[in-house]
Amino acid sequence: MSEKAKETALVLGQECIGTDIFSLWLQTKTIARNAKPGQFLSLYTGDGSKLLPRPISICEIDGENGRLRLVYRVTGKNTGTEMFSRLNEGDTVEILGPLGNGFPLKEAEGKRVFLMGGGIGVPPLLETAKQVQAEVTAILGYRDELYLNHEFEKYGKVYVATEDGSAGTKGNVMDAIRENELEADVIFACGPRPMLKAIKAYALEKNIPCWISMEERMACGIGACLGCVCQSKEVDHHSHVHNKRVCKDGPVFLSTEVEL
Amino acid sequence: MSQTKVTLAGVELKNPVMTASGTFGSGMEYGEFVDLNKLGAVVTKGVANVPWPGNPTPRVTETTGGMLNAIGLQNPGIDVFCERDLPFLQKYDTKIIVNVCGKSTEDYCSVVERLAGEKVDLLEINVSCPNVKEGGIAFGQDPKALEAITKEVKKYAAQPIIMKLSPNVTDITEMAKAAEAGGADVLSLINTLTGMKIDINRRTFALANKTGGMSGPAVKPIAVRMVYQVANAVSLPIIGMGGIATAEDALEFIMAGATAVSVGTANFFNPCATEEIVRGIEAYLDRSHVSDINELIGCVK
Repeated sequence: MSEKAKETALVLGQECIGTDIFSLWLQTKTIARNAKPGQFLSLYTGDGSKLLPRPISICEIDGENGRLRLVYRVTGKNTGTEMFSRLNEGDTVEILGPLGNGFPLKEAEGKRVFLMGGGIGVPPLLETAKQVQAEVTAILGYRDELYLNHEFEKYGKVYVATEDGSAGTKGNVMDAIRENELEADVIFACGPRPMLKAIKAYALEKNIPCWISMEERMACGIGACLGCVCQSKEVDHHSHVHNKRVCKDGPVFLSTEVEL
Repeated sequence: MSQTKVTLAGVELKNPVMTASGTFGSGMEYGEFVDLNKLGAVVTKGVANVPWPGNPTPRVTETTGGMLNAIGLQNPGIDVFCERDLPFLQKYDTKIIVNVCGKSTEDYCSVVERLAGEKVDLLEINVSCPNVKEGGIAFGQDPKALEAITKEVKKYAAQPIIMKLSPNVTDITEMAKAAEAGGADVLSLINTLTGMKIDINRRTFALANKTGGMSGPAVKPIAVRMVYQVANAVSLPIIGMGGIATAEDALEFIMAGATAVSVGTANFFNPCATEEIVRGIEAYLDRSHVSDINELIGCVK
């Protein structure tokens, strides 16, 4: 039997933790118990005009109590994420998960790991920080406003970069590495494509393994529709071309495995 | 319990519910959510003679009540398909319909010929995909070309042939008649409607391919109308599809003249849709005291 399930989850609570950034705790039946850091959920709007499930990364897992935390950004007016932001304690939402592969925590065991997040790529790294058996350095990049950064402090050192210089290093996560002369043996990263590209180049230069979490427009979320592929270096096992499925083969890939 | 069996070109399905090509892979992924044994048939994603990489991303985008896709028929090619996907499907008690795509008549025929020796029940010939530059829809928008390719494919086919029709034509009955004249055994319709979406923030197309095929509940009235027209223009059995998400939707198509129905985009927003539709049709038949579903096919004149 598969670990994936479609469930009606109960909303335990939701709060706004930044401009358009929401933190949502859900009670699940089996999904939380089976979830791993770096995996994601599909959330259904229940609105017939907004059909496709919204893929949202898992921020925290409380497997014992069957609870999951999602931190997501509302992407605009009349969007599915705006609908989710109006969910209150006691409401329900249809979810499918856990989906995707997650970060390979074993690869970092006993090593120095960089957890590098950019913007709404920060949330999946929180549970990663909690579970990874490694010396954690979290390097978090934001436009201006910070969120979740303090929650990383119990798991390791935290460095912040902001585009406007209002907090931490002025610039991006790469600038924060240089400014603070940081070093690691392994990298786990999630964020916008230009950031992932820079991190991939840095990892190559330093000759350290790096895993990145990719994003792409999805439909089914389970590997059937082939909507969310990314270009891969090796021939993929599904279609025998050079297209890996972000939802099923990813979202986490070894950086050298994908073309950015 | 009412009788739900239907027959397509001599192939008996336990019920009229099947999957729409391209939305269900070869059943492996959705097999985790539905019991494939409960379905009338599984229609596979299009397979060509060699692997196709498909289009650049973004390949999918949402529209009001529907979606656009421009996957571009990414597929592993017929060899991998026969080694991996067919043995998987053959373990189930359901009929197997292989969707065949190609860029030339020879491409289609080579896949059809290769499948002649395989345990497959029906072949669906995709001459209506709007997302590939060569082949595909070029055969499905010209009645002469459609009749000619149907004739050619029939020469190589061991299984009955379903010709899948495009709605992107002036008169779909003309296409249906051409396929019938070419020797098609069954017709399926509709494939997706060509559409476009523009991202006003990025000032570019929402899809890398610029255009995509529109599907989902928003297209259903068009599809029902076309099934009705075709059912009244030819004598071939029809597989109806286009926006089916519930048993009620499926029954509309059946009453308009479809012998069977395919569920496509609904799988994306409800992975259990196919099985739920099977149960919903059974419940409708019982509730309405209809002893045999065949009584409903084309009952609305």
